[in-house]
Amino acid sequence: MLDRRTFVTGILSGYGLLAAGSASAGTLSGTSLSPSSDFSLTLAPIPVNFTGRPAFATAINGTVPGPTLSWQEGEDVTLRVTNHLIETSSIHWHGIILPTTMDGVPGLSFPGIPPGETFEYRFTVNQSGTYWYHSHSGYQEQTGLYGAIVVNPREGDPDGADRDHVILLSDWTDENPAAIYTRLKKMSHYYNFNERTAPDLYRQIRSEGPLATWQDRAMWNDMRMSDSDLADVTGYTYTYLMNGVSPASGWTGLCKAGERVKLRFINGSAMSIFDVRIPGLRMTVVAADGQDVEPVTVDEFRIGTAETYDVIVTPESDSAYTLFAQSLDRSGFARGTLTTSPELVAALPAMDPVPILGHEDMGMAHSAGGHAHEPVISAQQRHPHAHHHSALAPAGTAGLGSAAGIVHAATEYGPHVDMRTENPVSGIDDPGVGLREHGQRLGREVLRYSQLINRHPTADPRQPGREIQLHLTGNMNRYMWSFNGVKFADAEPLELQYGERVRIHLVNDTMMAHPIHLHGLWSELETGEPSRIPRKHTVLVQPGKTVSYLVSADALGRWAYHCHLQYHMLGMMREARVS
Amino acid sequence: MKPAAIANGYMAILATISPNLMAMGNDDPLMAKVIIERLEAGIDNRDIPQWLEVTGWAGYDLNKLWLKSSIERTDSETESGDIELLYGRAIAPYWDFQLGWKRDFQPTPTRDWLAIGFQGLAPYFFEVDSTLYLGSSNRSALEIEVEYELMLTQRWVLSPRTEILLNGQNDNRTATGSGLSSLEAGLRLRYEIRREFAPYLGIHWERAYGNTADLRQEEGEKTSEVHIVVGIRAWF
Repeated sequence: MLDRRTFVTGILSGYGLLAAGSASAGTLSGTSLSPSSDFSLTLAPIPVNFTGRPAFATAINGTVPGPTLSWQEGEDVTLRVTNHLIETSSIHWHGIILPTTMDGVPGLSFPGIPPGETFEYRFTVNQSGTYWYHSHSGYQEQTGLYGAIVVNPREGDPDGADRDHVILLSDWTDENPAAIYTRLKKMSHYYNFNERTAPDLYRQIRSEGPLATWQDRAMWNDMRMSDSDLADVTGYTYTYLMNGVSPASGWTGLCKAGERVKLRFINGSAMSIFDVRIPGLRMTVVAADGQDVEPVTVDEFRIGTAETYDVIVTPESDSAYTLFAQSLDRSGFARGTLTTSPELVAALPAMDPVPILGHEDMGMAHSAGGHAHEPVISAQQRHPHAHHHSALAPAGTAGLGSAAGIVHAATEYGPHVDMRTENPVSGIDDPGVGLREHGQRLGREVLRYSQLINRHPTADPRQPGREIQLHLTGNMNRYMWSFNGVKFADAEPLELQYGERVRIHLVNDTMMAHPIHLHGLWSELETGEPSRIPRKHTVLVQPGKTVSYLVSADALGRWAYHCHLQYHMLGMMREARVS
Repeated sequence: MKPAAIANGYMAILATISPNLMAMGNDDPLMAKVIIERLEAGIDNRDIPQWLEVTGWAGYDLNKLWLKSSIERTDSETESGDIELLYGRAIAPYWDFQLGWKRDFQPTPTRDWLAIGFQGLAPYFFEVDSTLYLGSSNRSALEIEVEYELMLTQRWVLSPRTEILLNGQNDNRTATGSGLSSLEAGLRLRYEIRREFAPYLGIHWERAYGNTADLRQEEGEKTSEVHIVVGIRAWF
């Protein structure tokens, strides 16, 4: 044991020296610690250069991203995290089910790791799959404190992959993240350079006529919102990275023709949602958020911040393929190459057009401009693909989703909330803005949540004992974010009873997609198949839509529950307390 | 110095300028913004009239302290100038209610006012700043400013702006008359080099009406003027 520990530590200090010595080269990437159960991670600032300009990052063992941690299912792992930053830090093991004191959220799990000190995390790994880890302090995740976790299953790879690559997507900025937050507060559209312009208006009038144009834009003008408001922070400041490599350089992964290659996509960005595709290769999604799902083959998928997807691809001949991850607002992309030979070059596809939000994304799918109050939508309406269950199961059956009416809490009214959906429908079958026509127009099949079906039977077949409706709320213009109109600082904890099965029904009362992450407990996404409910740790809630999932409150303690967008989570957060 | 030492120094600076770096963070830290709405000069006139309009706030999401000032100078003389100090509170998603004090320090004698205003964004993206002023001797005034931003491209912005001033009664000593006193209109084309900094070229028109026009005529002042202006708009 001691020998192995010394060995790992030795490697790490080696990286440290390398990083310090290669200041202008930027960063090391694709580093991986050999499979082990004992790790030493050191958090320290390093000089980097992702953009052509020198900057400083917060790094783990001298690299951004940090090393990929390879664990074995069933093992006890020990992680000694030493903080050499000048501020308190923490590491959260995202998606790992563990005791609350090991979860790494300062203020909830533990006090954090003060500068100069070491915290020892120790827990048993009771799951397998692709996960990641990141700082849960301040803006340290944005400045580089994140890395991948791969947990090898006890019984070997269930997908029969011949080769494995981690594809960690992230967003880098040379700016101080606190300055970004300040700018967003002072001018919320600061980073949006996709605004609709007068020439756009002219073109629309030419093609649709003045009346239709007026009607199309009336709602936006009335609500004082922008239909191009897709991302708060964009490629204006971000350089999108794949495994720590900028698009200018391009990450490269090797494979052989005919191999089944598993690509473990992780969205480790602070604020970015990516649309991922590999021109020329179809992708078979085999796991979502580390959990096995029934294989589903697609051409493209949207990955919300903090989500992970494992896909299998099979390059048939000796050639090179571009792994292309464009940001939702098309302000930039991360790219890499999967190739049978480093000499081969793959074509770089053009980015798709900038999506434009529609009435559907404002929760007005069926009653544009209408003012229906408390619409009651049946489960069948919400799950048109799950008709065969409707005869057996009453509305609201576990796995089919919530059928409860939408009720806006009194706390949702006021200057801090700029919109409430009038008639939201489930987003479970919606690939999301910008992707809806890709099937018809471009022949690209796009992954939808409704296609995610657990490969294993639902572990807890109980019906939910109760339902919690939580609304994702905010005021874009003032840049304020909250749940039910109540921000974290003013909120009471969300109380869950130990052992209970509860449904959480999320209603997105904003025009942005929010990736909602529940720590410590699985979010069992109701995709329409009660016997095979897929488990996720982060659920992307489409703008103006709803989604529901079940939670078995089987882990005591104080858990963080929040939007994973770095600049939203300060307000859009709750403590979920299981007692 | 070793890179690590430099890096730590840099991080220390980051930490001091960003109050948010504590665990979990504060979603609503104290902030301040200064907006130079107009800093411009008429370039078609030998007097070179100059205008400065500045707004600033310090505070939080829903509660702010506002400072507003506008100054007009011609031929190196301050023709008009005022300063306002207001407490602003958000009352609707896009609207702040403001209450405070305003002093007109030019023309003399100075006039002090109680200011009651609403500032915000109206439907169709019209930026509105409307304030009712109440002074001593039953003086009252209403000022409404409306501005719009038309994006020609992502950086070229055409911005029409209008300002209307009404007075409750005559104030001969400051050459203001009751009723509609003056109307201003402008059209400015700016280029945002950065979001925070945009030079512009524009046209500025203003005219006095009613008793105000009469009083100005009596004092030998112009009642109407038009200028080509160049200026900068900036905030930080």
